[in-house]
Amino acid sequence: MIGQFIDGPLWTFSLAVFLIGVIWRIVAILMAGNRPDLATPKGSAGAGALRALFSRFLPERTVATHGRLQLIAGYLFHLGLLALLFFAQPHIDFIADRITGLSWPAMPHWAFIVAAELAFAGLILLWLYRILNPVTRLLSDLDDHIGTILVFLVMLTGCLALAQAFEPLRLIHLLLAELLLIYFPFSKLMHAFTFIMSRGYTGATMGRKGVNA
Amino acid sequence: MSEQFDQGVQALRQQIDARISAYFSSCVHCGLCAEACLFYTETDNPRYTPIHKLEPMKKLWRREHTFWGKLGAVLGVSEPLTEEDFSEWETLVYDSCTLCGRCSMVCPVGNDITYMIRKQREGFSAAGYAPEGMKEATRRALEIGSPMGVTYATLKAALAHVEKDTGLSVPVDTQGADYMALFSSMEVVNFPEYIAAITRIFHAAGVSWTISSEAFEATNSGIQIGNKDAAAEIVNRVAIAADKLGVKSVISPECGHAYMAIRWEGPNLIGRAYPFEVVHILELLDQLKAEGRLRLESKESTPMTLHDPCQIVRRGGVIRQPRDLLNSVAEHFVEMKDHGVMNWCCGGGGGVSANERAEPLRLQAFNRKKKQLDESGVNTMVTACANCRIILEEGIEHNEMDTAVISLTELIADHLIEGRNEN
Repeated sequence: MIGQFIDGPLWTFSLAVFLIGVIWRIVAILMAGNRPDLATPKGSAGAGALRALFSRFLPERTVATHGRLQLIAGYLFHLGLLALLFFAQPHIDFIADRITGLSWPAMPHWAFIVAAELAFAGLILLWLYRILNPVTRLLSDLDDHIGTILVFLVMLTGCLALAQAFEPLRLIHLLLAELLLIYFPFSKLMHAFTFIMSRGYTGATMGRKGVNA
Repeated sequence: MSEQFDQGVQALRQQIDARISAYFSSCVHCGLCAEACLFYTETDNPRYTPIHKLEPMKKLWRREHTFWGKLGAVLGVSEPLTEEDFSEWETLVYDSCTLCGRCSMVCPVGNDITYMIRKQREGFSAAGYAPEGMKEATRRALEIGSPMGVTYATLKAALAHVEKDTGLSVPVDTQGADYMALFSSMEVVNFPEYIAAITRIFHAAGVSWTISSEAFEATNSGIQIGNKDAAAEIVNRVAIAADKLGVKSVISPECGHAYMAIRWEGPNLIGRAYPFEVVHILELLDQLKAEGRLRLESKESTPMTLHDPCQIVRRGGVIRQPRDLLNSVAEHFVEMKDHGVMNWCCGGGGGVSANERAEPLRLQAFNRKKKQLDESGVNTMVTACANCRIILEEGIEHNEMDTAVISLTELIADHLIEGRNEN
């Protein structure tokens, strides 16, 4: 009964909240508007935006030195998570069956284990850094911790479900993923989409000035 | 709550545009911006983390632009912005930020934190929470025409000395000249050698130029304190004078914040594009050199390094020209580590130099520049900003360093092949 609810209506509801919520947040940001820049440009805004969108994946030397631990942990977590999300066999099957009807080759089991270990190591390191470093401790709020804990639990139950092949574990994993989807548009997890806007705005402004940002 | 506080909140509210909303939505509180800020690196105080300086604006954004904030406001559980927030954050917003823009270059999600602080200052200024020194500078700029109280009579006296020293006449209010030159008060008062340098260079290069007796001040205290109306009025004076004289271009002086004000913020402040072009003096010198009109002789044998003024280089895009110019007169130009768009600020930009209470912190932050200089092993530092120059000289004196600070334009003039070039 609960399983059917998690597998059916709750999934549809959470997906709808996620999609509508994300679109609503992005539209709300765009609706706040920006005044047109009347200064004569030296360079291209479009090229600057595109450049910043990709160049910010690589850290500047200043932060690459002092923020090394955070950067490495960040890469491990994000790359590991993306691999798990899009290349784990159960996820590909789920997306094909329930969302798009499309499927693609999955990563082998050993790669899944490696990706999961990297993602867990990265997330745990990031969270420890967040609570132990004076700067991040000062900046962090409840939202940062809820997001981290939710993602951690989704990953943990996902790995357990795959390892144990136990239906209740799969349902718990799906339930937590649904909670994450519902929470997503109302949280800092939105950075997964809005970073494109931030990098674009900054890159465009700096591009007009002829500065590679 | 006072009426002025309400005006501050309203002013802050008006600053929240799509960029600000995207930036707050994207910030993951990673704190990496701290490592780019000299006020943090030289104090290890987490409160100087750039994004933390934006807590008041974030509080307002969260309450009025997010689901949880709006829900909390309805339920009466989310705390509104208070006078205490302004009071507590005033020193973080003004004393520990030079608007240098270094943090904006390192943010992984791409936030332009400097743009956010510039915007936040609008709310602080409207609420009355700004340093007295900056308030006074803005008042003098509006009432007298210059943040340092320099009048045309002061400039006229400086020009008389320049004419005597150079044997050249300085054109004032020449109708139809190609270029109208602006100055910063600091150049008029502390470094009139700069005026002499451009007088000699323009004479030799055959540049048609003039100074306006009605608008010669280029710096803009309105931008530094965060008062867009004052900033617009200051820009407008220049735009009207340039229009009246019918010049094709306006020359921004070496001063970095002046360049940012007149070149990049100006048209947006007055709400219209200029009918004239704005060039930085280094861009013009570079152009004259490329055209063969600026002819130079001999080179300095002393090793020299370049301090990149933030608003000219990182925030202004004049990056190549100072290097090419310096290379043309220096045999040994040594770049500092973290040069160009990642250079470290002198510590006195963004109005910090006009803020007396910030002096101890500014001198502490100067240690960053000192380390950078020590690493370069060079004792002669060339720069192109009168404000940087004063701040660097103060820091050098405070630390009893043996370093000379030279203006790039003045250095170019020292190597000028005199004689009128009629090309």
